[in-house]
Amino acid sequence: MKKNPVHSILFLLTLALIIIPILFPFVWMLMSSFKTQVDIISWPPKFIFTPVMQNYERVFIEQDFLHYMKNSLIVSVVSVFFSLVLGLPAAYSIARYKQKKLSIFILIARLMPGISFLMPWYIVFSRLRLMDSYIALILSHMLIALPLVVWVMSPYFDSVPRELEEAAMVDGLTQQSAFVKILLPLSGPGIVTATTLSFIFSWNNFMFSQVLSQQKTRTLPIAVYNFLSYVEVDWGAVMAAAVTIMAPAIILTMFFQKYVVKGLTMGAVKG
Amino acid sequence: MIRQGFFEKNLRYLFPLPAVIFVVVLMVFPVGYTFFLSFTDWSLTSGRPLSVVGMKSYLQVLSEPRFLEALGRTFYFTFGSVIVEMVLGTVLALALNRTFKGKGVVKTLLLLPLVATPVAIGIVWNLFYDPTIGILNYVLSVLKLPQSGWVSDAKTVMPSLIIVDIWQWTPMITIIVLAGLAGLSSEPYESAMVDGANGRQVLFLITLPMLMPTILTAVILRAIDALKTYDIIYSMTGGGPGYASENLNVLAFKYSFEYFRMGQSAVMLVFLFLIVLLFSLAVMRLRRAFEQ
Repeated sequence: MKKNPVHSILFLLTLALIIIPILFPFVWMLMSSFKTQVDIISWPPKFIFTPVMQNYERVFIEQDFLHYMKNSLIVSVVSVFFSLVLGLPAAYSIARYKQKKLSIFILIARLMPGISFLMPWYIVFSRLRLMDSYIALILSHMLIALPLVVWVMSPYFDSVPRELEEAAMVDGLTQQSAFVKILLPLSGPGIVTATTLSFIFSWNNFMFSQVLSQQKTRTLPIAVYNFLSYVEVDWGAVMAAAVTIMAPAIILTMFFQKYVVKGLTMGAVKG
Repeated sequence: MIRQGFFEKNLRYLFPLPAVIFVVVLMVFPVGYTFFLSFTDWSLTSGRPLSVVGMKSYLQVLSEPRFLEALGRTFYFTFGSVIVEMVLGTVLALALNRTFKGKGVVKTLLLLPLVATPVAIGIVWNLFYDPTIGILNYVLSVLKLPQSGWVSDAKTVMPSLIIVDIWQWTPMITIIVLAGLAGLSSEPYESAMVDGANGRQVLFLITLPMLMPTILTAVILRAIDALKTYDIIYSMTGGGPGYASENLNVLAFKYSFEYFRMGQSAVMLVFLFLIVLLFSLAVMRLRRAFEQ
């Protein structure tokens, strides 16, 4: 087909109409995080201003966001790790033995409202004196990550030809060591998808941490939320906090774009 | 010879076992406990021990206007946002469904709202919606339109929250539909070309019907998440002004962790659970129907 200049211009306009609304909140957040309070509340809103670092100083020096960031990292990394440990063998078994009911059973955890588990957890964890502990948070976040691992990995294992493991088993490996030594090393892309997605969902989680964590184990989303309520809306600092919390998930997404798309479209698109 | 010890013979049970135990302990027991609590009048603040009262908590909750309003709002929010997301998301996907320079970058940009922390998104939109310093009221004033109270006004709070949901989740529908479009077979298009079909006929008679399974599954998955919306609403309005933006999840959260009325909260959770379960069964039915 030959290119029609009018069509190209129309297409560029369409692109702009799609991209600008998506991007604008991020741009505005980033800009505001470098503005003084005076610049933020000025009317009309300012697009040109002298950038300052004071908001980030407030967030990292006065508010100790590094502490919350460390908590978020511990909870996300450890819960994703254990979800892989539990989820990978389960996904393998579902793929090899066509355990449909089992897969639905685990996927239900992805669909059910988290709050219907959270209230009983709160009661039990209080009794066990596990409130504000990493264990409680990690267990709760594993219920987010585990279904995602199974969701992504069982179709993935299903697509790897069985012959590979069978050959290894003929050579004397047990099935479980064929799984660990042959199949897992071949499953890099699937594991990256599962890990990235579950890390992001755990990192962003608000409700579980809101109830189960206090000062010691508080994660970033709660810290940002609390910041909003007790600072006399210092918008610049709040925006700096918002940038801080979003940055890791966004950077991960940029690195692993293809994998994130795969994970998100899985299940809806047959393939 | 393939070795077959006890472990290998029972691999199909042993491999999933840890995951199953985990889900039973952290999901099945808690849900069962919530069902049990819904038949009690337990309240952490009353100091009385828990007593089973049958359907009393159900009757209390069902006669509570705040609950009924939250129930209605849950559906209003879900349908309001998901229908727009479905139409807009599909239109965007059709517009982007061609090869062009920078398509990879555009796809990455589409992902950003999906992976951004909801609480932080809520805060940014609150800055947009601020009646005195927000950029949205500024735009309205430039256009000589009346300004709005957005989330601070009980009349406009729900549409304002729906707009945020649409901003955040339309790209997901777009990404899924784009993936669906990439997987369509080219045969029907070739025969349509031979038959001399025009662009609109191709779209409505070939593309959209072939995409329907993908779109419907995506939409129901989205609806399930929209029914449970919590982060955006709680962080932007806390359910206010007054109770004007409470959905079931926010209301149940308050009953559990602000008023500590566990019995009544459990009733609300049972309702939310059943609604989500119905939608989930619908997805599974649909997928099975399409697979045949």
